[in-house]
Amino acid sequence: MSRACAPVDTDAATWQPLASPERLRQRAALLTTIRRFMDARGILEVETPLLSRAAVTDPALQSFAVAVDGTPYYLQTSPEFAMKRLLAAGSGPIYQVAKVFRDNERGRWHHPEFTMLEWYRPGFSVADMLDEIDALLLALELPRSERLDYGALFQQATGCDPHCADQQTLQRRALDFGLVSRDLSRVELLDFLFSSAVMPELKDRPCAIVSDFPLAQAALARIRRGADGKPDVAERFELFIHGVEIGNGFHELADAAEQRQRFQADQAERGRRGLAQRPLDENLLAALTAGLPDCCGIAIGLDRLLMQVSGAGRIDDVLAFPVERS
Amino acid sequence: MATYSTNEFKGGLKVMLDGEPCAIVENEMVKPGKGQGFARVKLRNLNTGRILEKTFKSGDTLEGADVVELEMQYLYNDGEMWYFMDPATFEQHAADEKAMADAGKWLKTEETCTVTLYNGRPLSVTAPNTVMLAVSQTDPGVRGDTAQGGTKPATLETGAVVKVPLFIEEGEIIKVDTRAGEYLGRAK
Repeated sequence: MSRACAPVDTDAATWQPLASPERLRQRAALLTTIRRFMDARGILEVETPLLSRAAVTDPALQSFAVAVDGTPYYLQTSPEFAMKRLLAAGSGPIYQVAKVFRDNERGRWHHPEFTMLEWYRPGFSVADMLDEIDALLLALELPRSERLDYGALFQQATGCDPHCADQQTLQRRALDFGLVSRDLSRVELLDFLFSSAVMPELKDRPCAIVSDFPLAQAALARIRRGADGKPDVAERFELFIHGVEIGNGFHELADAAEQRQRFQADQAERGRRGLAQRPLDENLLAALTAGLPDCCGIAIGLDRLLMQVSGAGRIDDVLAFPVERS
Repeated sequence: MATYSTNEFKGGLKVMLDGEPCAIVENEMVKPGKGQGFARVKLRNLNTGRILEKTFKSGDTLEGADVVELEMQYLYNDGEMWYFMDPATFEQHAADEKAMADAGKWLKTEETCTVTLYNGRPLSVTAPNTVMLAVSQTDPGVRGDTAQGGTKPATLETGAVVKVPLFIEEGEIIKVDTRAGEYLGRAK
C-alpha cells in the first residue's frame, strides 16, 4: 500500500523479470523440499478453489471482489475455510501451496498476491504441531525455533500485561512508541505494540515461535482456560524468522456456534470501520456443525520465507514479476 | 490545504504534524497477517531539522503543509537578514540566521540555491551541493610535502574555512562540496 516503498522502475524494459535466475531456482528448490517433506509424512497435497461465494470477515483482511458471469465472487485470502471442509469430510492430514490475495497490502514485505503453504494435522496438539514446524525448518536448513510466550515477551518489551492491561494503559504505552492515531480499539493497540515494541526484540533470533495470544487476537484459535490464576489465552502461535512474521497457526476452533459469533463480531467491527459486510461462509459453518476433527494448522508465507533464506531485501526480489510489472 | 491518507505518504511529501511543517522521508507498511495495518513513517521537522519516527493507522490522514521549494538567486546580506530573489516573479524574500543555518558561508552574490518557503516565508536555505570559490587567504605550502597528502586551512572569499592540499595558493578558485564542507579540486 505504501507507494513510498513501490519499486522504482528504471529505464530497464518492464517485460523483464525482477528475480534473479538464482532466486527462481531457490524458489523451485524450496517447493521441492516442502513437497518431499509433506509426502514423507503422509500429508496429502490438495487444491481448493481460489474463487469463493463467501469471504473472510476479518476486518484486517480485504478480499478482492470479482464478477464471474455477473455473480460476485471473492478471491481467497487463505485456503483455510475450504481446507477445513475437507478435514470435516475425513481427509486426514492435508497441505496446500496456493496463491492468496489481499487488497491494500503493498510494501517491502507485502504484495497483493502471494504464495501460502498451509497444512493441517488432525489429532495434533500445539506441542506436536510446533515440533513438526521445527522438523520443516531443519529440512530447510534453518535452526530449530526458540519457543516464546506472548505474554512474557510483551511484558518485557512494554511493561504491560497484554492479557489484562486496560485500554488507557495500552494507549499511553503506544504514545511512547510513536503512535499518532487516536481511538484505536484494544486489539489494534495490541497489534501496534506487538509490531513496534515486541517484534524488534525478535530480530536477533533466527527462528522463534510465539504462542498463547491474548483473547482479543484469537482470530480462529481455540481458547484455553487458564488455571491457577493464569489468564485465558488463545491457542494461536506465530513463526518469526529474524523478527519477520512468517507463519500463523492455531489449535483450530471447531465450535460452529462460537465461529458464527466471531464472524458476526467481525461484521459489526467492519461496520464500525465503514468496511463492506461479507457473505458468511455457511459451508464452513455447516462443516463445523458436522464435526471438524480436533486439529492444528499453520499458514506460512513462502515468499517471505524465501526472502529470509536467500537474504533478499524486499519481496520484489523473490517474485518473477511484481504487480507493477504484471 | 489538501489532506493526504497514509497510502499517499511518500518521500518528499510536506505535511503538518502537531502544528509543525514536516517532510516525509520514508514510509514503511507494517501489518501483521491477522491484524491492523500501520504506516511507520520517518519525517523531518522542517523547522528544527530533527528526524521523527511516527506510526499511523492505515487510512489516517494528515493535512498538507504550505511548503514550496524554489530555486532563488542570492542577492545580499545586510548583517541581519539574507535576501533572495525568485527569478520567475522577481519577488524578494528575506531569510534569518536560523533559516540560513550553515548555508550562508557558501554563498556569493548571484549564486542559485534552494529556498524552502513555509506559508510564504523562508524556512530554510540549501546551498548548491558544490560551489566554486576563490581562496582569499592561506599559508604558502611547504615544498616537497605534496606527496604526503598533507592539508592546510584556507579561508575562502565567503569566509568559509576548508582544508585544502598544500599546493593551493591564494587567489586560486577551488570547487567545494558544501554538504561535507570538503575541498573537491581546482576549478578547471
